[in-house]
Amino acid sequence: MTNTLDFFVLFLKSAVVAGTPLLFAIIGAIYNEKAGNLNLGIEGMMLLGAVAGFQAALSTQNPLASLLSACVFGALGALIYAFLTVTLRTNQVVTGLALTIFGSGMARFWGQNVMGQVLSESFSRYFRPLSFPFLAKIPILGPILSVFLEQDLFVYFGYAIAILSGIYLYNTRWGLNLRAVGGNTAAADASGINITLYKYVHILMGGALCGLGGAYLSVVFVPSWQENITAGRGWIAVALVIFTSWNPYKALWGALLFGGLDIVGFRIQSLNIPVNQYFLRMLPYLATLMVIIIGSIRKSSKHNPPKDLGNAYFREER
Amino acid sequence: MNRPVYVEMKNICKTFGVIRANRNINLSVTEGEIHALLGENGAGKSTLVNMISGIYTPDSGSIAIHGKPVRIHSPRHAIELGIGMIHQHFKLVDVLSAAENILLAEEGPPLLFRKKATEKIRKVMEKYEMEMDLSKKIEEMAVSEKQNVEILKVLYRGAKILILDEPTAVLTPQETDKLFGILRNLVKKGCAVIIITHKLNEVMAISDRVTVLRQGESVCTLETKNTNIRQLTELMVGKPVDLSIVRCPAEKGKLLLSVHHLSALGEHGVRVLDDISFDLYEGEILGVAGVAGSGQKEICETISGLYPVEKGEILFQGENIVGLTPREIIKRGISMSFIPEDRLGMGLVASMDMIDNMLLKEYVNQPGVSVDRRFAREKAVRVRDRLDIQTPGIGTPIRKLSGGNIQKVLLGREIDAKPSLLITAYPVRGLDIGASYNIYDLLQEQKQKGVGVLYIGEDLDVLLELCDRIMVLCNGKVTGITDSRCITKEGLGLLMAGESITALTEEVTPCKL
Repeated sequence: MTNTLDFFVLFLKSAVVAGTPLLFAIIGAIYNEKAGNLNLGIEGMMLLGAVAGFQAALSTQNPLASLLSACVFGALGALIYAFLTVTLRTNQVVTGLALTIFGSGMARFWGQNVMGQVLSESFSRYFRPLSFPFLAKIPILGPILSVFLEQDLFVYFGYAIAILSGIYLYNTRWGLNLRAVGGNTAAADASGINITLYKYVHILMGGALCGLGGAYLSVVFVPSWQENITAGRGWIAVALVIFTSWNPYKALWGALLFGGLDIVGFRIQSLNIPVNQYFLRMLPYLATLMVIIIGSIRKSSKHNPPKDLGNAYFREER
Repeated sequence: MNRPVYVEMKNICKTFGVIRANRNINLSVTEGEIHALLGENGAGKSTLVNMISGIYTPDSGSIAIHGKPVRIHSPRHAIELGIGMIHQHFKLVDVLSAAENILLAEEGPPLLFRKKATEKIRKVMEKYEMEMDLSKKIEEMAVSEKQNVEILKVLYRGAKILILDEPTAVLTPQETDKLFGILRNLVKKGCAVIIITHKLNEVMAISDRVTVLRQGESVCTLETKNTNIRQLTELMVGKPVDLSIVRCPAEKGKLLLSVHHLSALGEHGVRVLDDISFDLYEGEILGVAGVAGSGQKEICETISGLYPVEKGEILFQGENIVGLTPREIIKRGISMSFIPEDRLGMGLVASMDMIDNMLLKEYVNQPGVSVDRRFAREKAVRVRDRLDIQTPGIGTPIRKLSGGNIQKVLLGREIDAKPSLLITAYPVRGLDIGASYNIYDLLQEQKQKGVGVLYIGEDLDVLLELCDRIMVLCNGKVTGITDSRCITKEGLGLLMAGESITALTEEVTPCKL
């Protein structure tokens, strides 16, 4: 009995860890889409952040420098996208795809010389999971809490970002204005909101968060450099934004669920249950497909995307 | 009348390229007055108010707000000066609540305390005696409610000068009355209201003074109580106009369309059409009256095969057409034109020119793979000349045309197809007097040719004058079908509100049939 419980606690703990890069990416994508920009460059920005974070970690051995560098490079990728789609009004889908291709190429190029290198023990200790031995003494509640609390600081940062983003979107004037920008750009403009500024700020913010998501993979989760380290997580995040109805609070659950799907393969193999490993590895992508289908069936307006998502805005056009 | 002058415009000129939109216009609006700007389409009304609301700047002339000469350089600046513009197309975010829309872009501490903010909005509402559910989302609101949100929004921002651009174009008579009530309240509390319109009876009903514009010039400003509809029309059009519709006698022909117990379901399983039955004969115009959203659109769309029928029959020349595709229905001679609220007609492609829009209904009849534009071009020229459509050329994308002209393209195409049943919804929506009467004449012409016309309209006066019979809808049900000579406007209003025709008194139904 205790063995099964331990197994589940362990499983959920690693699900939280595996979900953390997704969490950052989902919230990054939410900021983009609330500003009315469909950004398919999430994967690219994650890769930029992953390589920048890893390189900075290797050369400085400083966790803050590593995170900062991931933020900056994620945001730089977003800046290219913002300049093209907001200022030059290019097609958002094409621009996003181009950003993903650019990001993965850039990551491959910059990561070449550090391929397979592992971060030093002295660096990794900054991201060791916290432990709260007293939790084990509390029945039922203890193990549940330990799933979420016995985690590294980066994961805590993820919780904070999700909750702060929720407060920002739903309880501040800026968040209200942002929702108006994506919800009806012309109306927001007529109310006197600076559309261009809002779009730039939030696309860049989103880019920085995606960069962090990528860095979590290369600096904490793996933690070594390998090619295509994100393995399509940026795309899963794009789909999960729909699943979470553009709500940062729900993003917490979405990330946990998909983190679980991500690692369920390893766990089942460790139990010696004969399931085709390729099938198991396919699960997150299969589930993403399901999520999109379910998302398109739910017709309540609460689950609708921001109305002006994907539209370039010209003030003069009617 | 020694009230303070809120807006004073002198010798305003504005040109766009070669077009002189405004020439030496003078306008003065005082505290506590409702000032109507009257003029046909293209008379320069919108240009003029856009200069007050900061969208355009005048080429010459002066504007003074509250006695101070100003140069209004942006919409934001206009708001700061206490000028609030309520656009014809509402600028509201659907997924947000009324309160949230009102609070958009407001300066203040970053954290939003909804209770406190709502309290502030409520104070404004109390001051102007307005009522509204602030937590209701815009997407759940009726058009008139949305309009109230727009009005409250500018009031909340401290506007003392309100400009309304054709506010009644989308309202029912009852809603219009309510709006006028609100406006009268506003001016009592010290606001000034400028209302743009081309509906004469509304000018007479609501305004204190009226300024008539014609071809970019201000013709004159009159006290409304010293003028009448006939004089205003003459000033507006520039020549005497006959305002009555002469109904040509109906020669009721064969039964053309017979609808039996038609029902249809809308979103969430609500019945949008509930057991509708009516007949339509050749050579008659059957009018359909009702509050917006009573099932008018669904009637049009079920008959033309665009909307699924739950049960019931639609017999066209004896044949049940339920279940046929739209194309098969068109082939049988049924034409439908629906002008929605945003007026970019259903069935037209905005980025295509007139020729290609004609081709949309033409190409199926052509043999082979390639399309032949020759006939479509001839058709486009014919429609343009017949309906006097103002366009730089038939090769211009129709989105560049004015709303009225786009409507004419749609109606023209449908009529040119020589249908035996013509369904037309709101064909004169937003048109000026001249253009509207053109359309009425066209419909009567069709009727005389033996076409059955189903006319879905808004203006009850027009329905009474134009149609042979009128069917009234309320919540998807037919509340009455009557000869239009046998009912008054008030009677129609009661039917629209859900009274049954048998319950009406003789006062509103002079002759029962």
